[in-house]
Amino acid sequence: MAAEGHSPLAQFEIKTLIPLKMGEIDVSFTNSALFMTLTLVLVTLFLVLGMRQRALVPGRWQSMAELSYEFVANMLRDNVGNDGRKYFPFVFSLFMFILFGNMLGMIPYSFTFTSHIIVTFALAAVVFIGVTVLGFVKHGFHFFSFFVPPGVSVALWPLLIPIEIISYLSRPVSLSVRLFANMLAGHTLLKVFAGFIISLGIYFGWVPLAFVVALSGLEILIAFLQAYVFTILTCLYINDALHMH
Amino acid sequence: MPQLDPTTFAPQLFWLLVTFVLLYLVMWKIILPKIGGVLQDRQERIDDDLEKAEQLRKEAEAVKEAYEQTVAEGRSKAQETIRAAGEKIAADAAEQHAALTEKLAAQTSDAEARIVAAKEEALKNIRTVATEVTQAAAGRLIGREVSDSEAEAAVGAVFDEEQR
Repeated sequence: MAAEGHSPLAQFEIKTLIPLKMGEIDVSFTNSALFMTLTLVLVTLFLVLGMRQRALVPGRWQSMAELSYEFVANMLRDNVGNDGRKYFPFVFSLFMFILFGNMLGMIPYSFTFTSHIIVTFALAAVVFIGVTVLGFVKHGFHFFSFFVPPGVSVALWPLLIPIEIISYLSRPVSLSVRLFANMLAGHTLLKVFAGFIISLGIYFGWVPLAFVVALSGLEILIAFLQAYVFTILTCLYINDALHMH
Repeated sequence: MPQLDPTTFAPQLFWLLVTFVLLYLVMWKIILPKIGGVLQDRQERIDDDLEKAEQLRKEAEAVKEAYEQTVAEGRSKAQETIRAAGEKIAADAAEQHAALTEKLAAQTSDAEARIVAAKEEALKNIRTVATEVTQAAAGRLIGREVSDSEAEAAVGAVFDEEQR
């Protein structure tokens, strides 16, 4: 247990802060839950306080709030078109939730809830199930033709249809693992190199320190990029469900 | 690896559900309509301003056109005035020139007439004087009185010969 604090993986430990039970289920308020709640509060404050003046000519903060809105709105419009507007609140919430979760995780000693596969998988599963249900609601059983590539001879169907189905089913896996693995790897790497700073001492510790500084910049970029990738893939899946090929 | 501990799944999923649903509801019901409203207001305002600007531009263009027309009219009027004045000046000059020429011609012919008269007068006088001189000179030379008619005849013969 003593070595645990120095392990690069110790930062991902789930620590129960307030033990709670709902029937038989453990719903304890953990450090993960704390940062999810922080994300909820910060996103809300960022947007509410940013927009409190409703200025015609926006200030810096209002510009940022509007920028986040237009960024996601444009992403949705470019990838789905105008009938994607209905899903804008969901896509926007998803983007802000993952972005703020990733960014909060960049603060030293904080916790990154997106580095847990169960969280990213749950988000990806919501997207996957939602998109599949949407496809069936919009197209009925015709949605199955999604698995038949257009313009391919019937002779190849036995080969291509299983491939299409597998690729469709692997969407939530790739979506969740991409985000989870990026967060896990980045934070582990930072921790490993941060450990080198101490062990190399005052003379050579500067090298890993410089590396950690550079890597932190890269990680902030990745924190944004992965939120973006998760969101844009969600947009693409919604587009697939709405306008089948 | 802490990620693979199944006992932590339930609390994570529970709080993920709670926070994400809350975030979704807050975004959907409160924040997004607010931001959307502000953006739409701004867009409307911008469109409005652009429309107004376009209208003002058209008005300015009309004013400019009217101004240019006025200037063109003024210019052609001025040209007309200049042309009329030029014509009048030319006509006056020609008239005065003609009058002067006429006057000068009259004076010239008058003067010529006077010269002719004076010349005739002078010629006539010369004959009379010559006759008198001849009469006197011949009287002295030949020692007798020469009659007027003789002298006149002699002078007349010389004059006629001279004039021939």
